[in-house]
Amino acid sequence: MDVAYVNPFIQSTINTFKTMIDLDVKPGKPALSREGEHTYDVSGIIGLSGKAQGSIALSFPKSMALKIVSKMLEQQVKVIGPELTDGIGELTNIVAGSAKAELSPIVKDTLSISLPNVVVGKNHSVTRPSGLPGIVVPFSSSIGDFAVEIALKTG
Amino acid sequence: MRILLVDDSSTMRRIQKNQLTALGLKDIIEAEDGKQAQEKLKAGMPVDVVLLDWNMPEMDGMAFLKIVRADATYNDVKIIMCTSESEKAKVLECLKAGANDYMVKPFTPESLQKKLGI
Repeated sequence: MDVAYVNPFIQSTINTFKTMIDLDVKPGKPALSREGEHTYDVSGIIGLSGKAQGSIALSFPKSMALKIVSKMLEQQVKVIGPELTDGIGELTNIVAGSAKAELSPIVKDTLSISLPNVVVGKNHSVTRPSGLPGIVVPFSSSIGDFAVEIALKTG
Repeated sequence: MRILLVDDSSTMRRIQKNQLTALGLKDIIEAEDGKQAQEKLKAGMPVDVVLLDWNMPEMDGMAFLKIVRADATYNDVKIIMCTSESEKAKVLECLKAGANDYMVKPFTPESLQKKLGI
């Protein structure tokens, strides 16, 4: 997968966290995603379609997901429930929507994004259809580490 | 100023409501999608400004926008699209359909204040 498709997601992740919850997040080195290598507790997943097809997933440990949504809502969220899943879904939607604007000129088409889905489950991993290349970008921050996984094919 | 917040995300509605309240605006009603928003307008709820999401289940923001703009009753209602999608083609599509303005999520309280002209 061309790095040109990854950079818009890295930039939109940095911008979204800064604007929404005033959090600086630092990207690590992107790497090929290997099935089952990384596990998480909460993942927001959104599909992209058009000339680039695939998905983006933002995955977090539970404690970090709770801290993020608490900051978004300006109130303490202590348990996994509708508030948490809605918040992580919206965060994923905004990251994908922002990146889409940068991707569309690259693929010379207006892409579409789906409504977000949120998966909750201790130590789950995010898999993708076979043949769809995946890149995982680790991020670090003062409230925890998380990952953005991009799986896209073009043409 | 009476605001109708239309967004399927309860989180986004809360964020926007917090921002509006901080700006001194208290007269805020909420809807989870375009259909619910349409029902609230039809019920006669007075609204000056609609903050409208685009991607929603049931009835999306564009469908709601077209319905409202086809009805002269709501000519004075200002509609601001609030969406994560920032492509020029999307912005133009909204403005052509009758949106008064366009905001790209995530936005700051300052940019919301500026768009509302307060």
